[in-house]
Amino acid sequence: MRLTDHTLRSALDALNAGETTSVALTEAFLEGIARLNPRLNAFITVSADQALEAAKASDARRAVGKAGPLEGAPLAIKDLFCTAGTQTTAGSAILGGFVPPYESTVTKNLLRDGAVFLGKVNLDEFAMGSSNKTSAYGAVENPWSRANDPDTRLVPGGSSGGSAAAVAAHLALGATATDTGGSIRQPAAFCGIAGIKPTYGRCSRFGIVAFASSLDQAGPVARTVEDCAILLRSMAGFDPRDATSADLPVPDFAAACARPVKGLRIGVPREYRLDGMAPEIEALWRQGLDWLVQQGATLVDISLPHTKYALPTYYVVAPAEASSNLARYDGVRFGLRETAQNSDLRDLYERTRAKGFGAEVQRRIMIGTYVLSAGYYDAYYLKAQKVRALIRRDFEQAWGQVDAIVTPATPSAAFGMDEKQDDPVTMYLNDVFTVTANLAGLPGIAVPAGLDAQGLPLGLQVIGKPWDEETCFSVGAAIERAANFTAVPGIRA
Amino acid sequence: MSLDAATVRRIASLARIRLEEDEVGRMQAELNGILGWIEQLQAVDTEGVEPMAGGAPEGQPAMRMREDAVTDGGQADAVLANAPDRMGAYFGVPKVVE
Repeated sequence: MRLTDHTLRSALDALNAGETTSVALTEAFLEGIARLNPRLNAFITVSADQALEAAKASDARRAVGKAGPLEGAPLAIKDLFCTAGTQTTAGSAILGGFVPPYESTVTKNLLRDGAVFLGKVNLDEFAMGSSNKTSAYGAVENPWSRANDPDTRLVPGGSSGGSAAAVAAHLALGATATDTGGSIRQPAAFCGIAGIKPTYGRCSRFGIVAFASSLDQAGPVARTVEDCAILLRSMAGFDPRDATSADLPVPDFAAACARPVKGLRIGVPREYRLDGMAPEIEALWRQGLDWLVQQGATLVDISLPHTKYALPTYYVVAPAEASSNLARYDGVRFGLRETAQNSDLRDLYERTRAKGFGAEVQRRIMIGTYVLSAGYYDAYYLKAQKVRALIRRDFEQAWGQVDAIVTPATPSAAFGMDEKQDDPVTMYLNDVFTVTANLAGLPGIAVPAGLDAQGLPLGLQVIGKPWDEETCFSVGAAIERAANFTAVPGIRA
Repeated sequence: MSLDAATVRRIASLARIRLEEDEVGRMQAELNGILGWIEQLQAVDTEGVEPMAGGAPEGQPAMRMREDAVTDGGQADAVLANAPDRMGAYFGVPKVVE
C-alpha cells in the first residue's frame, strides 16, 4: 500500500502503531503534489518546507507521548482560511500578496490537534462559483474523467474545487472547505469523496474570508464519512470571536458513524424530484433509499413546499451580503491597488475594484448593491428574507415526522471545463439540492454512492436537524457501507 | 423590472466598480437575466411572515451579545503590514483635501 492511499483513519492508526511517521507521510504527499499539481492546479501555494518542519515537530511530540487527535496528519487548507505568515488569496487578484498576520480559528484548532498543513488549495474567487473556473489562479481539473471520453477535462465543482480535487487525487488526507450554497457538497460529489457542511454556528467563521456571512460555514472534505467526522470534531467548537458561533459541546462525531440507522425515519421530499431530472440521478436516489430500508430505516414522503424558491432567494441574500462584505477591498488596507495619473480616492477605489475582481464577483456585487439600494430593498431583499423564513419553516415542520432527509447531492455528474459557461443562471442550478440547507442553517453531508454510465462519481446528500450532525454521519456512513464505493480517479498520487 | 443603462451605471458607481462604456451593455444583459429569474419570488405569499435575519436555525438566537469592552489593540504594525502604501503609522491614500 502506498502511503498516499491511506484514509485519515488508517493513517492515524498507522502513526499510532509506529508503522509510519508524519515525515514519511508528508514527503509522500509532497512528492505527489510536485508530480500532479502542474496538471490539476489544486494547490495555489505549496508550503513544502513548513510542512516538513511541522511533520518533524509532530513526530517529536508523538515520541514524547503528546500526540493530539490529528497528530501528524497532512491536510490541505482552502485558500479562504487565513493562515498566519502564509499568503491567503481567496482565489482573487484583489488580495494579491496578502499575508495574514493571524490564524483562522478553524485552522488554529487543527494545528492544536497536531495537523500538518501541506499548503493552500484553489477555489472559485471569493468562493463564488460551482466550477472552480472563476479563480484568478486558474481552473482546477477534476482527477476523474469520462471512460468513453478521457480527453475532455472536467471541473471538480466549486467553490471548494481545489480541496475536493486534492483529496480525490490522494494529495492530502483531508482538506478544509467552506459552503455557502453547496461549495463543500457539490465538489465532494463531483470528485467522489465525502464532505459535510455542519449546522450554521458549529464552526467559527473567524479568519475565514467572508462571502455571505449568514450562509457561510466551514467543514471538511475527506475520502470517507468517518474521516469527515474526525476532522469536524477538531474544526468545530465555540469561539467568542465569532458572534454567531454556538456555545455547545462538540460531540464525538466518529462514534456516530457506527450508530445503526434501524428505526430512523428518512424523509423523501417530493419537491426534489425535478422535472427532467437525469434518470441516473433518480435511480441512485432510489437505490440509496433502498439501502437504508434494508438497514431498518423507514421512508416518509414529505413536502418542502418552498423548495423551488430557494435558489432565487439565495441569489438575493448571498449577493446582498457579499456586496457589503466585499466593500472592504478598497486598495487602501491590503492587496491590490490600481491608480491612474491624478487618481483621486474614489478613482482609486473604482479602478482597484474593476481590476481586482473577476467577472462573476463583479456581477454579484452589482446584484447585491441593487437589491439593497433605496427603493428596491423591500421588493428584493426583505422579500427574500421572508421567503427564507418560509424555507426554514418547511424544514421545521418536516422534523416533526422525520429524523433526516435524503436527496441527491447534485443534479448531474461533473461537467466539462468548456460546458455550462454562457449563462450564469444555468451555473447557479448546480446548487439546487444543497442551497436549502444553507438558507435554513442545517447540516448536510454529501456521500459518494455510485458511478454514472461514464464512470463518474455521483453523490447523495443527508440533511439533518439543527445540531444533529451525528444523524447525518450515521445515515451517511450507512449509505457509504452499502455503496461500497471503492472506485478511484485515473489521476492520483 | 428591467434595468436600463443609466441604472447599471448608477449601481456600478454605488458599488465603486469602474465600468467602461463598452461594458455597460453586457453587464446590463447579464443583470437583467439574473433579476428576471429572481422575479419569481414575487409570487410567494409572505403576508405576515417575519423576515429571517442571520443564518441560525430555528430556535437559535441570530447573534450573541458580548460585553462592550476593548479586547484588542496596539498592533499598528500588524494592521499596516499589508498596506499597499504606508506613511508612518498611517495608510497612504491620494490627497483628499485641497
